[in-house]
Amino acid sequence: MKKIVRIENVGQVFGTKNGPFTALQGINLDIHEGESIALIGHSGCGKSTLLNLIAGLTRPTSGVMLCDGREIAGPGPERAVVFQNHSLLPWLTCYDNVHLAVDRVFGAKEGKARLKQRTQDALALVGLTHAETKFPHEISGGMKQRVGIARALSMEPRILLMDEPFGALDALTRATLQDELVKIVAATKATMVMVTHDVDEAVLLSDRVVMLTNGPAATIGEILDVKLARPRDRLALAEEPEFAHCRAAVLDFLYKKQLKRAA
Amino acid sequence: MSATATMGVAPAPAADESDAKVVDLKAARPAAGKGETVRSAAARARHGAGAALRGWLRALAGAVLPPLAGLALLVGLWHLATMNGGGIPSPGKTWDAAVTIFADPFYQAGPNDQGIGWNVLASLQRVAVGFGIAALVGIPAGFLLGRFAVLSQMMNPIISLLRPVSPLAWLPIGLLVFQRADPAATWTIFICSIWPMILNTAQGVTRVPQDYLNVARVLNLSEWKVFTKILFPAVLPYMLTGIRLSIGTAWLVIVAAEMLTGGVGIGFWVWDEWNNLKVEHIIIAIFVIGIVGLVLEQALMLVARRFNYENR
Repeated sequence: MKKIVRIENVGQVFGTKNGPFTALQGINLDIHEGESIALIGHSGCGKSTLLNLIAGLTRPTSGVMLCDGREIAGPGPERAVVFQNHSLLPWLTCYDNVHLAVDRVFGAKEGKARLKQRTQDALALVGLTHAETKFPHEISGGMKQRVGIARALSMEPRILLMDEPFGALDALTRATLQDELVKIVAATKATMVMVTHDVDEAVLLSDRVVMLTNGPAATIGEILDVKLARPRDRLALAEEPEFAHCRAAVLDFLYKKQLKRAA
Repeated sequence: MSATATMGVAPAPAADESDAKVVDLKAARPAAGKGETVRSAAARARHGAGAALRGWLRALAGAVLPPLAGLALLVGLWHLATMNGGGIPSPGKTWDAAVTIFADPFYQAGPNDQGIGWNVLASLQRVAVGFGIAALVGIPAGFLLGRFAVLSQMMNPIISLLRPVSPLAWLPIGLLVFQRADPAATWTIFICSIWPMILNTAQGVTRVPQDYLNVARVLNLSEWKVFTKILFPAVLPYMLTGIRLSIGTAWLVIVAAEMLTGGVGIGFWVWDEWNNLKVEHIIIAIFVIGIVGLVLEQALMLVARRFNYENR
């Protein structure tokens, strides 16, 4: 499988009031085409920092990050981000929010009708055709997050980066959106990296679970291959021994090997 | 009549309901004799309309009566204070004068004797020009100060120093530079209304949520798109607050400035009527100034509400 993103010996040091703070250290990871990866770890361990590095929103202080063989020098539409708090622009309708992205990526080479079609397709993919003309404040949290996903997918990114995309949603909405994401990823064959702190979500959605040690100076502790056949069905998985095994392995890492000392 | 009654006793909802039923029965009576369903449907419709009307009247009374009571109190105190004569005219005398003045607000009898309408319009025009130039300069300046920290650090001491200066202190400078009274007054309006717009716009720019800017970075939006799609709409509520504060100050200042510069204008008119010792006209002017200021403020509040996305 082709490697889309290569992360080689990457470290991230932030300057703080109390001197330099090493957030990440010695991160090595290859992300292959069509693969889904979950980044999991205790809060504050640097999962989001790593995702921001891949997105190009921050630059690493050491090491090399490559996307399609070129150094990641900044953010770009080939690495679309779904933000935790949806980050829709409140003064634009759902359609316009997605269209902003479509126009940026395809506006130079495609006609208006085609751009409109792309925008509508992206919204249809997340089942929000009926909400095109609505403003973000008029729709539910789950719907907003779907628009965020539609906006990211509409750019036809090489890789989809998701920062705890369902973290702010209630459990039922979260489950629904997870199932939809499974379908969307299967249909679009997207490469995906998702930050999560939900063990079930990590196992359900990913091919590999990348487990980060506790910070400071967090690094990759273990990588678990999830050998579950796709398409995955939430209800059937509950009975599956492999699912239980994967779940146990991640829990074991998080709560035995990396148990956070009570703060 | 019914509105005052409900206001007076402030009935519990239950009492109101039985009240409504009485109305309802009366309304239903003429329909008796027709089919049962027809009657009850008609009654229900009447009942619904009646209840809606009553609710609406009550809301109206609740909104209108307390302010009216406050105004009545003011006029009452004013009346009591002026009962025994003295320099201040009584409400009745002022009212009579107001009727005369507003009977012909747009007369013109020479440069120093014009209707109150002309005076208000002249003041509004000065405010509009001075304020308009201040907006043209202040809002872009605010964007620059918010976007570039160095500029903001450069300008902050200057702004902090000049902002608390009474606008009237700028009037002589204006007179010196422009040599004429009218541009000097406009200049005073300009200088006093520019600060809130600069400061609020700059603050809005620094408070644009990082999430929105991250969206812009991930999408690789052009500077122009960042400005039109993200920066401008995000800053707009702050900008409107600045504009509202500026207009308020400008309207405060114009009266004082015109007292000093003369010409046509509500401030000049106040001073002129003082020289004529028509105190009732001064009181009328105070009310007019207050009402115009209130209208300006409320109009901008309406605009601001339209563009407030935070509370939606």
